[in-house]
Amino acid sequence: MRVELKNIHKHFGAVHANNNVTLTVEGGSIHGLLGENGAGKSTLMKVLSGYIHADAGEISLDGGNVKRFKSPADALRHGVGMLHQDPLDFPPLTLLDNFILGCDANLLQPRTRAEKEFRELCQQFNFDLDTNAFVSDLTVGERQQLEIIRLLWLGARTLILDEPTTGISAPQKIKLFTTLRQLVAGGKSVIFVSHKLEDVEDLCHRVTVLRRGQVAGEATSPFVTEQLVQMMFGQQLNIGKRSNVELGAPVIEFDHLTLKDDRLTVPDVSLSVQAGEVIALAGLEGSGQQLFLQACAGLLPPSAGQLRVNGIDLTRKPYENFLRAGIAYMPADRMKEGLVPGLSIEEHIVLAKRGKKDALIDWGRACQTASEQIKEFNIKGIPPTRVEALSGGNQQRTLLALLPPDLKLLALEHPTRGLDIESTLYIWGKLLERRKQGAVIIFASADLDEVLQYSDRILVFFGGHVIETVKSSATNVEQLGYLIGGKKQL
Amino acid sequence: MTDTRNLFVRITTALAPLLVALIIAVLLLVATGAPPLDTFVKLFTGSFGTPSKQADTFVVWVSLAIVSAGLLITFIAGQWNIGVEGQIMMGSIFATWAARGVWEQQGIVGIPVIILWAMVGGAFWALLVAVLKIYGKVNEIFGGLGFNFIATAFNIYLIFGPWKQKTGGTLSGTEIFPEALWMPTLPELRVSPIAIIIALLVLVVIYFSLRGTLWGLQLKAIGKNIRAAFVLGVPTNPLLLSAYAVCGACAGLVGAFLVIIVHHRLIPSISSGYGFLGILIVLLSSVNALWLAPLALFFAAVSIGSTALQLELNIDSSLGGVLQGVLVLVVLLMQGIKEKVISK
Repeated sequence: MRVELKNIHKHFGAVHANNNVTLTVEGGSIHGLLGENGAGKSTLMKVLSGYIHADAGEISLDGGNVKRFKSPADALRHGVGMLHQDPLDFPPLTLLDNFILGCDANLLQPRTRAEKEFRELCQQFNFDLDTNAFVSDLTVGERQQLEIIRLLWLGARTLILDEPTTGISAPQKIKLFTTLRQLVAGGKSVIFVSHKLEDVEDLCHRVTVLRRGQVAGEATSPFVTEQLVQMMFGQQLNIGKRSNVELGAPVIEFDHLTLKDDRLTVPDVSLSVQAGEVIALAGLEGSGQQLFLQACAGLLPPSAGQLRVNGIDLTRKPYENFLRAGIAYMPADRMKEGLVPGLSIEEHIVLAKRGKKDALIDWGRACQTASEQIKEFNIKGIPPTRVEALSGGNQQRTLLALLPPDLKLLALEHPTRGLDIESTLYIWGKLLERRKQGAVIIFASADLDEVLQYSDRILVFFGGHVIETVKSSATNVEQLGYLIGGKKQL
Repeated sequence: MTDTRNLFVRITTALAPLLVALIIAVLLLVATGAPPLDTFVKLFTGSFGTPSKQADTFVVWVSLAIVSAGLLITFIAGQWNIGVEGQIMMGSIFATWAARGVWEQQGIVGIPVIILWAMVGGAFWALLVAVLKIYGKVNEIFGGLGFNFIATAFNIYLIFGPWKQKTGGTLSGTEIFPEALWMPTLPELRVSPIAIIIALLVLVVIYFSLRGTLWGLQLKAIGKNIRAAFVLGVPTNPLLLSAYAVCGACAGLVGAFLVIIVHHRLIPSISSGYGFLGILIVLLSSVNALWLAPLALFFAAVSIGSTALQLELNIDSSLGGVLQGVLVLVVLLMQGIKEKVISK
């Protein structure tokens, strides 16, 4: 099926997530959609699969005009199905129940027919899936297989796969690629969304690169890696400027630290960071940076190894000890982990105060402190303003205002994501002030310019591993782009 | 201009649910063949018509005010303490236990002991729910429900077992307490001025601790976003435990009053549904302490007044409960609609 997206626009508040995107996917081809985090890939694909509506623009299938899809089910009726990065399936159900769930049956489930066709599809693609097994027992790769045959059974002629190679094993990846090639050989079309250069180069016939919501360029196989990297990350190859700060004693030391959550393992990290140093964590989203930052802040106990702060062993110590050591954490999701919606700026100031606290609140003084902080951090609000009424930039400034005066280590996720230039510069100004006072700053960012400009050293994460530690002065956007995409050589 | 309009909007949104609830109530009455106006008049005279009825209404008010004040604390912290009913019952059980220990004592010694011990019992029963919730990941609604059943069963066991009357176990309850252990009441009436003062005191203390203490602010933060509160340095687990303990202690206090003011013995269903009514009151109050006293009075009046309906109009007294339920549902529905309109 030939899919055309014409002049798609989509805004989320002030963010122009898709800016006049035009894209054509030929029938019988695998089309790659490449771009870094936040480039607008997922938004575009959600528009195409009916999850969200575009503000403007058209979708046309096989030349006919379909204005917009009402829902994912509507998109599927027109032949467009999407596999999400985290499979949208039902772990407590059996495979067959999950398979039948989305079909347009009447009162009775077409179980016998479905089971027969399920087996046929499995046979066709050489999948080994048991209809009576439970979805919760499948690997991510098998869940993808289930989603693929389910979507095909429901009539999908164009399949969108969002980051399908994240979280599956190498043999499963080979199997997936074989399946996709088999599909397009049969006339279906596939849109393959990824930031992994290698996968895209290996699989796709044609690729469209998005950058900051716009089409940065297109290319046809065989691809020139250099060209793709340039399209993804921009042309400028600026070397980071280092400002000189005298480094002090080691503040935080990681000694063969292993971190785990239910999805990912970050094995064996060793690192020592000195006072005044800025460390950037680069990598695709979900490659382990968040675990690392939470471990720094004391919010995730390491499963092995040792973590020392100011020479004191804080491994698996309560969060309270980390707070007392002068450590602070600023999360990416400000309203979920950073601020309390429904509470005002002054209430936050009272809550976040460290050290000795009075049982009775002196609201007069709290209001005065809040006013001072509001002035100092240039927050557009008044002490009783609720934090959810602030803009993203002002929320971030509020978080900065809540940092303790004797800050030793600050772990930040995406310090300036979604902020305008003015806020970005302001926030970095404040952060670098803290650094001058001897604080360590460890931040994760998807913006390579930001990474290069502000850090001294960069840890590159790939699939949970720290694959490279580089000095910011000795690298550039292009090399980082390769490393992030999992390619070591330049 | 916008101020007056805001005020207008606020008054309308506050009154609209009452009006809708009233209309539904009238329709219900008409449908059951009762004269609506007469019913409302009887509801009022049945609860406030004579000094004795006023006294009865205030006896119920004391229980509802205290239990809803306690529930406000757990609600602020984002917790659905459904187990409050069992916590009241546990308060009554502990009160009776203490009373058996001070059976021969003067009231001035015995009554404070009974009250304190009942508060310990209520807090203990609430802490069990909290510990299961915090350390065992058992949702407090299910935990509370479970402990309600256990409290009821334990109460029946005591009444028919170890604490049965000398003449044998009976549904009427345990042995009547010696009069020295009855809370002093106004002559000829059932209401105790000391209990009313204590209830007012509880309301004031809860109001100010939510407004002016770090504890109250931290609980509010936990209720709105427990993760962010934790990251900001709020010790979430000890605070949640303290919220349950305070609510349980309030419930236990109510349990003590039910024993030493109202029944003078432990009876099977001693908690009388006051815990659940307390939850409705807090829901109606939009979690605002200032509304608790008047709302508790309204609910107490409907409860007492509806017994009069039975006698005078031959309308089943459960109508009072129906009216209370309808009011709460309509108010919550209106809040839901308001939020939906605002978010659009």
